[in-house]
Amino acid sequence: MEKFGFSLIKDRKIDYDVNDRSIAEYVAAREPSFRICIECGCCSAACTTGNLTKFSLREIQILIKRGENDEVRDMIRKCMLCGKCILVCPRGVNTRNVILLIQEAFRKKTENAV
Amino acid sequence: MQFDPFVIPFNIGLYFILIYAVARSVHWFRNLSRSDKLRLQRGFFGAAFVKSLKEIFMESLIHRKILKSNFRLGYMHMSLAFGWFLLILFGTIEANIFSTRHLNPSYKAIFFKFFNPDHGRTGFEAVYSFLMDFILAFILSGLILAIIKRFSSKVVGMKKTTRHRTIDKIALTALWLIFPSRLIAESLTSGAHGTGSFLTGSLGSVLASFLPANELAYPFWWLYSLSLGTFFILLPLTRYMHIPTELFLIFARNSGIRTGDQAGAFTEIQIYSCSSCGICIDACQLNFSTGITNIQSAYLMKGIRNNEDVSDIAFNCLMCGRCDRYCPVGIELTPIRMIRRWVEPVKPPKQSLLSRYFPDRIKVTPVRTNGQPSFSWLPEAEINKAEILYYAGCMTHLTPTIRKAMIKILDASGLNYRFLDENGGVCCGRPLMLAGKHKEARELINYNSEMISNSGARILVTSCPICYKVFKESYYLDVELMHHSQFIKMLIDRDMLRLRFLRKTVAYHTPCDLGRGSGVYDEPRELLRHVTLLQSTDFDDDDSLCCGGSLGNTKISYRQKSKIASDAVLALTKGNPDILATACPLCKKTFAAVTETKVADIAEIVAEAIVLTPSASRESLSKKRIQEPVADS
Repeated sequence: MEKFGFSLIKDRKIDYDVNDRSIAEYVAAREPSFRICIECGCCSAACTTGNLTKFSLREIQILIKRGENDEVRDMIRKCMLCGKCILVCPRGVNTRNVILLIQEAFRKKTENAV
Repeated sequence: MQFDPFVIPFNIGLYFILIYAVARSVHWFRNLSRSDKLRLQRGFFGAAFVKSLKEIFMESLIHRKILKSNFRLGYMHMSLAFGWFLLILFGTIEANIFSTRHLNPSYKAIFFKFFNPDHGRTGFEAVYSFLMDFILAFILSGLILAIIKRFSSKVVGMKKTTRHRTIDKIALTALWLIFPSRLIAESLTSGAHGTGSFLTGSLGSVLASFLPANELAYPFWWLYSLSLGTFFILLPLTRYMHIPTELFLIFARNSGIRTGDQAGAFTEIQIYSCSSCGICIDACQLNFSTGITNIQSAYLMKGIRNNEDVSDIAFNCLMCGRCDRYCPVGIELTPIRMIRRWVEPVKPPKQSLLSRYFPDRIKVTPVRTNGQPSFSWLPEAEINKAEILYYAGCMTHLTPTIRKAMIKILDASGLNYRFLDENGGVCCGRPLMLAGKHKEARELINYNSEMISNSGARILVTSCPICYKVFKESYYLDVELMHHSQFIKMLIDRDMLRLRFLRKTVAYHTPCDLGRGSGVYDEPRELLRHVTLLQSTDFDDDDSLCCGGSLGNTKISYRQKSKIASDAVLALTKGNPDILATACPLCKKTFAAVTETKVADIAEIVAEAIVLTPSASRESLSKKRIQEPVADS
C-alpha cells in the first residue's frame, strides 16, 4: 500500500475513570511533598540519568498523577538516586523518597497480582 | 553446710544465667564465618587476650569513656558495675578466709552476713566490714543517681534517656531492689547482733531500737535473694543481656573481627551488646535539631533484638556516624544500619516466651528484585588512557565553581590528567547503597570500575566524599585513591603549585563521609592552614556535625533538613569567619542555602590562592611528571 505519511493519531484523552491513580495516592500518602510539585522541570534538567538516556522525573510525576503508569514502570528503575534533583528543587520536594516510593508501589502491585 | 531455703531463688537465677551465657556464646561462635572463627581462635591465644582483659576492666567496669565525656553519668555506670564487681570479689574473699571451710557454695559470699551474723566485731574483721560497707555505699550512691535519672535525666547531664518496655522495667526494678534490700537485710541482722560497720551497723542499731530486727531481717533476706533471682532470669530478655555479650564482643573486636557489609553473627553480638544507655540519642542531630527522638541507634538495636519491623527507623538517619563515635561500647552502628536497609521489610511473627530465650539467627533477607539489570542502557564504557583520573561526581557537577577550581588547579600543576565524567558521567553507586539497593549499586560500580581500570590510571582523584567512601570500600581498584584535598596537599608538598597566602579567617567543616566515614582529617586542615587563617570550631574532626543534606536520610522533609543545616552553620560560624570551608560539594550546597557567610570548598580557596606564573614557567611546569609512587599511605 502506498504510504502517504499520514497515520492515526494516538488517543490522547486522559480518562481518570479508567486510569489507575493508586500509585500516586500511595506515594502522596507517604510523602506529602509529592503534592506540592509544580512540574517546573528543574529536576529533569539536573538529572544524571536524564543526561544519558530518556528519563525525566517531571514526566514521571505528571504520568503518575494522571494514572498512566505503564510508561513509568520501566522508566523509574533507571534512576541512580544521586540526589541532585533534591538540591535543585525549588519546592523542596523529597524527590528521592518519591522515586523510592514509586518503585515500592510497583513492586507491591506486582506481588499482590501474582 | 549452712543452708536456708531463701537462697534457692538466687541459686536458680545464678546457675541459669551462667549456663545460658555459655550456651549463647557457643551458639554465636558456631555462627561466625570460618575466617572469623580463625581470627577469634588466634586472638584467644595472643596479645588480643591481654588487650581484651584490659579493655573489659577499663570499659565494662570502670566505664572510662563515659567518665571522660560525662562524669556524673560515668560515675553512675561505674558505681553499679565496678561496685558490684568489687562487692562480689571481696565478698568471696571474705567468705573464704573468715569461715571454717575454704570452698564455699557461691551463695555463701552473697549472704555472708546472714550466716555469720557475729562476724566483724573487732580487729581485721572490723576493718574488712568497713570495706564491705564502703563498697555498698558506693553502689547505693550510683543507684540513687540512676533512680533520679529515670525521672529527670538532666541531673546526670543527659538530655534524653531511653524509653523501656514492660519487661525492661520489671528487670530494672529487680536490679534497683537488689542493693537496698541487701542494705536493710544486713542492717537488721547487724542491728540484732550489734555488729556491722559505719553503714549497716549504724542503720541497724537505729532500726533495732524500735523494730524487732531479728524477725524482720529474714523477709528482707528473702527479698534480696528474690530480686537477684528475678534479675538473672529476666536478663536474657532485656537490655541487660549486654553484660555477658559485651565480654564476647570485646574479645571478638580485639581479635580483628569487623562488621563489613554482610550480616553475620558478629552483627548479632553487637546488637545484643547495646545497653540502651541512650548516649547516642544525645549525640544525634535529628534529636537536638529536629526533635526526632525515636529513631536513634539505641532504638534500632532494640527493635532488631525484639524482632520488630525497623524499616522506618533504619531509613530515618543521616548516616553521619556521630553515634558510632560516641557509643561507649564501640558498636559499629552505622554499618549495622546500612545492612538493615537492604532487608526485606516483613511483618515479624509473634514470638513465644521460650523462643525469646532462644532466638533464631536474626533474619536478614535481601530485598527481592525481578532479576533484570536496571542500568543495561548505560553507554559503552570509554577507553581513555591517562595517568591521573579526575572523577568530579554528581554533586560536583551541580556546583560548577568547585569543578572549575579543580580544573584550574589540575591545569596549573601541569600534570597529565583526564576528566573522567566531564560530560556528566555515571553516579558512583553510594546513593543507591544508602537507599538499600545493593544489586543496582553493583551495576554502577562495575561500570565505573571498568572505565577506571581501562584508563590505566595510577591516581584517581575525586571531589566528593560520598564517591570517595564508596571507591574506598566497595570498589576493588588498582589505583591510588585520593580525595582532592589529599591530592592538592600532595601537589603543594611536591612544590607543583605556587600559592599566595589569603588574609582570610576560615572555619572548616569536616564532611561526615570524609572524616568519620573515611578517616581523612589532617590533609584538609593542613591545606587550609597553608593558605588561610584557620579557626577552630566546637565541632572539629570526629566530633563534626552533619550538614543535614545527607543522602542517607530519605524520610525527613526539606524543612527539617534546613533546620539541621542552619543549626550546624550557627555552631560553625560562632567565630565569625570570612569563609566557611568544607570539602564536600553537598555540604557546600546545603550550607550555602542557609547562611550569609561565604561557603567555599577547599579547592575553590586553593584555586583563588594560585599564583599563575608567566607562560614560560608554566611550560616548564607542564613537563613535570610524577615519577615515583606518590603519598606513602
